[in-house]
Amino acid sequence: MSIVTVQLGQCGNQIGFEVFDALLSDSHSSQGLCSMRENEAYQASCKERFFSEEENGVPIARAVLVDMEPKVINQTLSKAAQSGQWKYGQHACFCQKQGSGNNWAYGYSVHGPRHEESIMNIIRKEVEKCDSFSGFFIIMSMAGGTGSGLGAFVTQNLEDQYSNSLKMNQIIWPYGTGEVIVQNYNSILTLSHLYRSSDALLLHENDAIHKICAKLMNIKQISFSDINQVLAHQLGSVFQPTYSAESSFHYRRNPLGDLMEHLVPHPEFKMLSVRNIPHMSENSLAYTTFTWAGLLKHLRQMLISNAKMEEGIDRHVRPPLSGLPPLSKMSLNKDLHFNTSIANLVILRGKDVQSADVGKKFRAYIHQYTKFGIEEEDFLDSFTSLEQVVASYCNL
Amino acid sequence: MLTRQLGYAVQKPSLYGNGDTQVHLRGLLTENLSLNLQTCLATAEACGSSVTYGSSLAERRCVEECRSGRGLASSRSRRRTTMTQSVVVQVGQCGNQIGCCFWDLALREHAAVNQKGIYDEAISSFFRNVDTRVVGDGGSISKGKICSLKARAVLIDMEEGVVNEILQGPLRDVFDTKQLITDISGSGNNWAVGHKVFGSLYQDQILEKFRKSAEHCDCLQCFFIIHSMGGGTGSGLGTFLLKVLEDEFPEVYRFVTSIYPSGEDDVITSPYNSILAMKELNEHADCVLPIDNQSLFDIISKIDLMVNSGKLGTTVKPKSLVTSSSGALKKRHKKPFDAMNNIVANLLLNLTSSARFEGSLNMDLNEISMNLVPFPQLHYLVSSLTPLYTLTDVNIPPRRLDQMFSDAFSKDHQLLRADPKHSLYLACALMVRGNVQISDLRRNIERLKPSLQFVSWNQEGWKTSLCSVPPVGHSHSLLALANNTCVKPTFMELKERFMRLYKKKAHLHHYLQVEGMEESCFTEAVSSLSALIQEYDQLDATKNMPVQDLPRLSIAM
Repeated sequence: MSIVTVQLGQCGNQIGFEVFDALLSDSHSSQGLCSMRENEAYQASCKERFFSEEENGVPIARAVLVDMEPKVINQTLSKAAQSGQWKYGQHACFCQKQGSGNNWAYGYSVHGPRHEESIMNIIRKEVEKCDSFSGFFIIMSMAGGTGSGLGAFVTQNLEDQYSNSLKMNQIIWPYGTGEVIVQNYNSILTLSHLYRSSDALLLHENDAIHKICAKLMNIKQISFSDINQVLAHQLGSVFQPTYSAESSFHYRRNPLGDLMEHLVPHPEFKMLSVRNIPHMSENSLAYTTFTWAGLLKHLRQMLISNAKMEEGIDRHVRPPLSGLPPLSKMSLNKDLHFNTSIANLVILRGKDVQSADVGKKFRAYIHQYTKFGIEEEDFLDSFTSLEQVVASYCNL
Repeated sequence: MLTRQLGYAVQKPSLYGNGDTQVHLRGLLTENLSLNLQTCLATAEACGSSVTYGSSLAERRCVEECRSGRGLASSRSRRRTTMTQSVVVQVGQCGNQIGCCFWDLALREHAAVNQKGIYDEAISSFFRNVDTRVVGDGGSISKGKICSLKARAVLIDMEEGVVNEILQGPLRDVFDTKQLITDISGSGNNWAVGHKVFGSLYQDQILEKFRKSAEHCDCLQCFFIIHSMGGGTGSGLGTFLLKVLEDEFPEVYRFVTSIYPSGEDDVITSPYNSILAMKELNEHADCVLPIDNQSLFDIISKIDLMVNSGKLGTTVKPKSLVTSSSGALKKRHKKPFDAMNNIVANLLLNLTSSARFEGSLNMDLNEISMNLVPFPQLHYLVSSLTPLYTLTDVNIPPRRLDQMFSDAFSKDHQLLRADPKHSLYLACALMVRGNVQISDLRRNIERLKPSLQFVSWNQEGWKTSLCSVPPVGHSHSLLALANNTCVKPTFMELKERFMRLYKKKAHLHHYLQVEGMEESCFTEAVSSLSALIQEYDQLDATKNMPVQDLPRLSIAM
């Protein structure tokens, strides 16, 4: 079953490119770890999920690229085409001339309605190409204007138009010490809107990934493409085909459905995070001796040490059986769970809400939002809904 | 059927007409490319094949253009996307001289980046591509090779001297003669003459020129106005047209680069002119970058010292001097202001670099206003530019990079005499160009943060952008824009100088004899400035207060 990816804004598009790249190179790498038949079945499953076949053999990513200014999309398209391995569909992108200016209100209230039809058209075309459609995977950031504002709008529209299919939003939590000054406002507004319309929110924090790059992978000068690659790596582990219970040659057919089923039992608790090990630079891989059991134990420890709420773990943690390690060199294990890092998230979100709150008290930057129709009541609404979410997690 | 053309290979379509013909473009586009390509496309379409294209942006755009030009069905759903454009409005002697340096520098930058001579989106933000053989208004080319570049500029001066000199200098072909407004008599250093007399006289012409330049733009995003505050034309007429722009193009941003008079200014009435102009800036500008001559002069002196000190082992790359120019004005006598003007030109180029060129974290012009202006009145940004020169030692160790960041926050590199480190930051933007990564940026922010004071509700008030294209002659550069209460002393000093003259009613009659000017204009201007100073005062008062912990919103579960 296929997943359609919607990449929004600069962040979404840059990450989306890395994800597809990682997925494809992953399924093609030859490590001789398993038999030929297994290999082919794996490749086929992976490809069907994320790529559609073109006649001359170059897979086309099942993706829709949306951005309000042209530079990033052009870059992404050309990078994909240059790789020669895969590319994006020619008509799968939507682009305007002027960006959203880091303004959530602009992305949501101005760009959204204005371009609603065109964007939904492109998405529909992509969905129609799928034989069996599993759901949407939406990649966006929370700090900017397009990813956050337009992303919230698009997710809402998808909820209206495709209420039967599942949506997972991949959102990037910005660095603590600012990439964008109004990121607190943008994040609050985005989160509260997404909570209503999305089925699952998969969070990644720039800070955390930055630390992984610095400490575990020993990269000296970390660039955004390094960060994106680590992210893509994590996402790859989430979405790569896993075995189903029946036999070792049948892969699970419904990736999103499975994930949701196990991890989002209650609509109130939608936030997910990913723990992925091992992370290391390619050089040190040759010197490692990992065993499956060792990794699982390590992971469990990671979960436990992070969590402040012990009770939830036993019931909800469920490592999916990846019978086959991904064929490339790296990561073997993935574990999705929604409890352990919730403590962190509650705190983070708390801090976010608080800083946005303080800002709002002094009414800083509010005039930029009211210019485009987001009034103070909207802010208040967002605050309340998020406080509710924080409270329900605390109650667990 | 399809032949092998110079520079690209074409495969024959399949016999059954349902294969893909890959027209893969490589190498330089020749002038006749579009024609050849159209033939290829036509034939391809006739065979029922589609055309895929190669990787370079310019090449793809060319194909795109051909398709849309011929209205081929397959391309209809593909949108043409271009970047936004900006128009530079240079007013008065100072404004025009700076503007001239700016255009010279912009051309050099694009020549360095765009080696193939293709008119791409980055150039289009400031230049039009015009076919000079076409007479009249048409002749705008939006693709392919550069024919003749015309600056998106409007030049206004009430004296002919400077504009004439530009039009006789090496940049004469860059300016469109239809975009000039000149007069003979000048404004006599009198804001009232510039604003009221020439304003009403030239209002229609000004409006028409703006409309024309807007029409030439696909998507106009921003007006950059360059002027000085102390004179008559730049100050008076320059601020008059702010109102015109606001009424006519309310959605387009107005960025104003204002040169403030220093204390030893030779124009006696400069305080009057500046305060009267400030009122307009308060009300009608989106964002103001105040700069004063004294700081520019100090920077020049510092550079001179560095170059001439002859320290062992340090040689400065001549092209990298932030003050270097290839002589935009006639080379007969190099004016003392040339070097200073180049600094401002660099500022403007760096400001727009992330919007024009690619990078891993882009920052568009509308984001500047969005992030750095928390309250509509407080839109004055102190700028600082590093590095001012590059040494010939090409290998830049990380320490040198860190030094660049430290320099940006030192008083020596600021374009306004102010002390931001001891005042309160409302917001700060760092725009980095060159091969700098996010980790370098973060490391330096962490390092510098403790020494800076941020306002309580914006403790992490940093906006960052990374652009991969470095400026001419450097491998990295950094522009820091700060919204900081340190502009307050500058304004207060200005007000004091004003009051000293005003109390004695010195020179007032020159202003009051102009039709439309009354004393109330003066009093209103002063009170507008006082209100602004007061707002900064209130923010300063919160400086050393502990960060309040607001009670969280409590809700019933």
